[in-house]
Amino acid sequence: MGMPYNEKVIEYFQNPKNVGEMEDPDAYAKEGSPACGDMVALYLKVDEETHEIKDIKFKSYGCASNIATGSIITEMAKGKTIEEAKEIGWEDAAEELGGLPDLKTHCSVLAVDSLREAIRNYEERHGIGEEERETTEEVVEERLKHVMNPMKGQDVMKTELINDVKVEEGKTVTVEVDLESDHQFASAIEEDIIEKLEPRWDVEEVKVVFSEG
Amino acid sequence: MQMHEERIYLDNSASTRVDERVVEAMKPYMLDTYAVATSDFAYTMGIEAKEALKEAREKIAEKLNADSEELIFTSGATESSNLALKGVMEKSNGDHIVISKIEDFPVLKSAQKLEKKGYEVTYLDVDEEGFVDMEQLKDSIKEDTALVSVQHANQEIGTVQNIEEISKICEEEGVLYHTDATHTFGRLPLDVEKLPIDLITLASHTIHGPKGIGALYIRDGTELQKQMDGGFQENNLRAGVENIPGAVGFAKAVELIDEEENERLKQMRDSLIEGIMSEIPHTVLNGPEEKRTPQNANITFQYVEGESITLHLDMRGIAVSTGSACFSKSLEASHVILGIGGDHERAHGSLRFTFGRFNDQEEVDKVIEETSEVIEKLREISPLGEGEEV
Repeated sequence: MGMPYNEKVIEYFQNPKNVGEMEDPDAYAKEGSPACGDMVALYLKVDEETHEIKDIKFKSYGCASNIATGSIITEMAKGKTIEEAKEIGWEDAAEELGGLPDLKTHCSVLAVDSLREAIRNYEERHGIGEEERETTEEVVEERLKHVMNPMKGQDVMKTELINDVKVEEGKTVTVEVDLESDHQFASAIEEDIIEKLEPRWDVEEVKVVFSEG
Repeated sequence: MQMHEERIYLDNSASTRVDERVVEAMKPYMLDTYAVATSDFAYTMGIEAKEALKEAREKIAEKLNADSEELIFTSGATESSNLALKGVMEKSNGDHIVISKIEDFPVLKSAQKLEKKGYEVTYLDVDEEGFVDMEQLKDSIKEDTALVSVQHANQEIGTVQNIEEISKICEEEGVLYHTDATHTFGRLPLDVEKLPIDLITLASHTIHGPKGIGALYIRDGTELQKQMDGGFQENNLRAGVENIPGAVGFAKAVELIDEEENERLKQMRDSLIEGIMSEIPHTVLNGPEEKRTPQNANITFQYVEGESITLHLDMRGIAVSTGSACFSKSLEASHVILGIGGDHERAHGSLRFTFGRFNDQEEVDKVIEETSEVIEKLREISPLGEGEEV
């Protein structure tokens, strides 16, 4: 048949595993945005001693590729330590699914990103790995690569939507966005930026500044 | 061949199943009278072919209340619109053209191509139901405006423009008016005696006729630059061996359409809209309630993405289309939904249901039921919902 998806993808699309939310997750991440047409929310329960992923849940707003990848990565990550789970790439997920259409790579990358982001969120909350790493302008720019520009479907750094980044004493982070504050995506982008920076252990406040008309 | 019995096809604005009576009408012009249309002084088969072409042209022109000499056959609506826009602009002294921003691709891309070549294009806004504003249209027409092209009805949301008023304005301002009637010809009245329209794009495959044939109505006296060079066919405006079986099939398709059928489509449309909007919460109708084509329903389902919906429906034997970026080859969200002021989310979650001759009320009921199930299933796994952010 001419269907672009193989049977396994369709099976996961129809009956995704580990779907849901968590009451009191140890970590969570939300990648993408409804404006881009794809969004994944992912929740983790992690054993504090062994760092093993005890439970994992996801929700998806997106195409079949997104839903199927979200499902397969939750299965792949469950039972692994966060260190091991970090290594899961979208190629692994795609391989496990028996292949995905090229055009849909972006959608599956997003699902994999949500897992990595959730792990990072866990690490930030627990000061693991990042403990030594201070929040600098470089680190902020790194984090901004996970904020989507809904107009382009790519991140705000790549699409040059960020004018300036400042990190001041007492760890106030200021991000200047090249958009007017009444732009239709302004509040969505602001929210996304705050969400990516605020959990950092040494950040006190995040200010998002828009350009003037 | 029996597949269509089990499937519910609601993408009739993309293309339709050819009516068997159309196929039968075409057959003799592939198997018996297969000659090209010759002059009256050539051999019999060629003369017969010429007669068939003439008759087809007359039947279609009659539906428009036009003279048959004002109609030329093309390979389809895309070519007709290309010829109308490029043909007029290349021949005219004016270098400004006005179109609406929700035109279908043949008009939109032709205008953009002209823009690249140095012509000026004004893209008219539309309101939230897809209607062009008459004041903005009047204001946009300048001394060097040669052509206005505003579609009769929209391909995605069914909005039927006020072409009475638009054509009148163009006549008063002394500019040519082209309309793309791909989604209205046969479905809604269109009379060139009553309305001063200069050029009309006509399609066959949206009314159960064959693909690969269309027509362009060109009011007598309207000058066009030929785009397809070669022989002298079609009043020396479009070269190429005439598609006689296509023309005959197109004419048959036009003949088979009647008011009763259009009324039946309208009833199915209203029943579907009413059923879905009352049974499924968080839905938005795209396009107007009243002034829409009889065959078109377009609804956004909030918090879910269109490609997922269409895939689920396809697995249940139902074919519909969506304005979602993920559905398209280009990964671009519908310019029509964005044009009516909708956000990307509204485009991503939109479904277009378009009816045709071979649909019935039983199918409508089934589609409402299946769509309701699919939306519920997808909303269960969606991180989005009413008034909540994750």
